[in-house]
Amino acid sequence: MFAVSQQPWVKWDWVRQHLGLVRHELWEHVLLTVLAVGIGMAIALVLGGLCRAWRPLTAPVLAVCGALYAVPSLALFAMLVPVTGFTTTTAEIGLVGYTLLILLRNLLVGLDAVPAEVRDAATGMGFSRLRLLLRVELPLALPAIFAGLRVATVTTIGLVTVTSLIGQGGLGYFLIDGFQRDFRTEVVLGSVLAVALAVVADLAFAGVQRRLTPWSAKP
Amino acid sequence: MVGQALTGTLASVSVTSVARWFADGSHWHGVDGLPHRLSEHVALSAIALAIACLVTVPVGAILGHLGRGGLFALNVANVGRAIPSLAILVVAVPLVGIGARPAYVALIALAIPPILTNTYVAVREVDREVTDAARGMGMTGMQILTRVELPLAVPLILAGIRTSTFQVIATATLAAEVAAGGLGRYIVDGFAVRDETEVFAGALVVVVLALAVEALMAGVQRLLVPAALRHHPDHHLEDSPNETVHLAA
Repeated sequence: MFAVSQQPWVKWDWVRQHLGLVRHELWEHVLLTVLAVGIGMAIALVLGGLCRAWRPLTAPVLAVCGALYAVPSLALFAMLVPVTGFTTTTAEIGLVGYTLLILLRNLLVGLDAVPAEVRDAATGMGFSRLRLLLRVELPLALPAIFAGLRVATVTTIGLVTVTSLIGQGGLGYFLIDGFQRDFRTEVVLGSVLAVALAVVADLAFAGVQRRLTPWSAKP
Repeated sequence: MVGQALTGTLASVSVTSVARWFADGSHWHGVDGLPHRLSEHVALSAIALAIACLVTVPVGAILGHLGRGGLFALNVANVGRAIPSLAILVVAVPLVGIGARPAYVALIALAIPPILTNTYVAVREVDREVTDAARGMGMTGMQILTRVELPLAVPLILAGIRTSTFQVIATATLAAEVAAGGLGRYIVDGFAVRDETEVFAGALVVVVLALAVEALMAGVQRLLVPAALRHHPDHHLEDSPNETVHLAA
């Protein structure tokens, strides 16, 4: 099956005939990623708020996120399948779990890095704790938050391909199908598109970040 | 195989069924026995990591010492993260065949970025005054690198190796997809015959292995970091399993 075959790396007419499928899997990949990072960020914000409100919570919450991050992806998806089946839910539970540590840690690092003088000045101006968090600390933490979002997004785009092993997976479908049929075009197509998607997402976030936080412009 | 649609009723996995799987003597002998699959998994991971370290630490250290190629060293991490391991695995098969070789390609590629970035940053960030003092004492560039910069860089380099180790052990599970053996076999084979207990048991062993090695590496790190550098406030990164997150900030 895997004898060295003389097939070309890309059969363009196959790609042309399957543009609909390519668009469908690409879209699925984007959806799975956006959903995972979106839900992950929402949970991280809630957890971050709780950790700021009650500091002793920080260490155990980060430890749980770290343990979640520690479970190998294929193993995690495999363990979830008996519970939630071969569904998007299974994929998302795993994907969201992996984003949490990255997003929460960067959020907390960003909040901690707010200079004490700034905090004091805002408190002196009569800011309540909630207003201090929303109007001063969070905006100043944006560069760190965005750094976390970028890493989480790029990582998730890679991990989504693994969910193809449980029947989800967007572009991962091409990797698995191409591998099983020994059809290079699909393998190349899936790989190239996944990398391209990651690069585009990373650049898009970098662009948004520059808009939102002009003071932190990198050279 | 696994990629095919796997719908239909799922047998339930229970604590007793998993316990029975582990108690079954046939899972402890032969090619498909736990000892053999575990040793395959460990060997695959260890060799990939060793090669990655041997190649990457010297390159990162020299680049950091010279203060050149920083953009390269840092971007390798970002680009590396963008390439899915599954993609490297399946692209490598037509190039190097099926079995352990594509797995090595994917695992080495996975291990390099964290080690390279951390080594570069660690050597680069050694306090300028320290290296100036060493130069003033008449040390050559090579001596400064090996006797001053590298010892000071140990905590961050080890943190990078730890990150890579962890990811490699987890990802070696995927190697079973290209017939490279290892603990992933149980997951892949269990899927193929819809034996959820086997899938769960295999996943459990991988998780335990990953956590055990992570704990072991934390201990090794504590032992190897020079005494003077322990509990140093600047080295808060050493305990982070994902320190590149900070570096990206």
